[in-house]
Amino acid sequence: MLHQILFFIFASVAVAAAINLLLQKHPINSALSLIVVMGALAVLYLLLGAEFVAAVQLIVYAGAIMVLFVFVIMLLNAGLEERTPGSAVATLIGVPGVAALVGLCVFVFARTRIRGAAGYSIGDFHVSTQDIGRLLFRDYLLPFEVTSVLVLIGIMGAVVLAKREDAGPTDRSPEITAEAPRPESQQPAERTHA
Amino acid sequence: MVPISYYLVLSAILFCLGVAGFLLKRNIITIFMSIELMLNAVNLSFVAFSAELHALSGNIFVFFVMVVAAAEAAVGLAIIIEVFRTRDTLNVDKVNLLKL
Repeated sequence: MLHQILFFIFASVAVAAAINLLLQKHPINSALSLIVVMGALAVLYLLLGAEFVAAVQLIVYAGAIMVLFVFVIMLLNAGLEERTPGSAVATLIGVPGVAALVGLCVFVFARTRIRGAAGYSIGDFHVSTQDIGRLLFRDYLLPFEVTSVLVLIGIMGAVVLAKREDAGPTDRSPEITAEAPRPESQQPAERTHA
Repeated sequence: MVPISYYLVLSAILFCLGVAGFLLKRNIITIFMSIELMLNAVNLSFVAFSAELHALSGNIFVFFVMVVAAAEAAVGLAIIIEVFRTRDTLNVDKVNLLKL
């Protein structure tokens, strides 16, 4: 009973915040709604006995990734969303399409029955961090090492992409220096002409 | 006691809301956040199946999805910064050419 009450409370919080993400015009409001969704999902992970995943969800997702988003929104000084003719067409086609997709998914998943499983109660299954560590560093060691390479490439890609052009010698800097004196040489010619 | 189908339905609703955000929003940062919402919805179904089937692997896969999402967010936001520097806009309708 407690499980059902907690599930419905936090499921409705997650869905309401996700709808709010769609309705808000300003990206910072959408980002804060997404943090609420992630917090509600962390509680649902705790209900499912996955305490490590719940903690990582809060630390990595709601902490690190969303800080990155909010930081970029503030850095770019993102304003209200602009409406364009394309957005009217997207609304016209997108809303019925997504409604149909929700209906189909809910219809399929609501009828899902898994053999020999009646349902899940709190405490039926508990994933300790020790078990996760043992599985991750023994059976899934190769995928774990591959993700470390992925993260390394991600760091390098982010640094290369976000680096300013004038930070070092690039192809464009000689052009700028070559083009810069040209207006000065033209201006005296115009003055003499005038 | 909550059947696993409830968790799957919630996951499906969140995923479809993410799809809706991806299709309807015009701001490139909000579109990116919709992708994160879809990844979160998939994570929820991983954890729900993990609890229902008493299999630990679901939790491990959530971990990998989070690593990929973190790397994707870092690179994607760097690309967004670069797009904003060259175009001075975040509206995806105005970013429809690879060439300036």
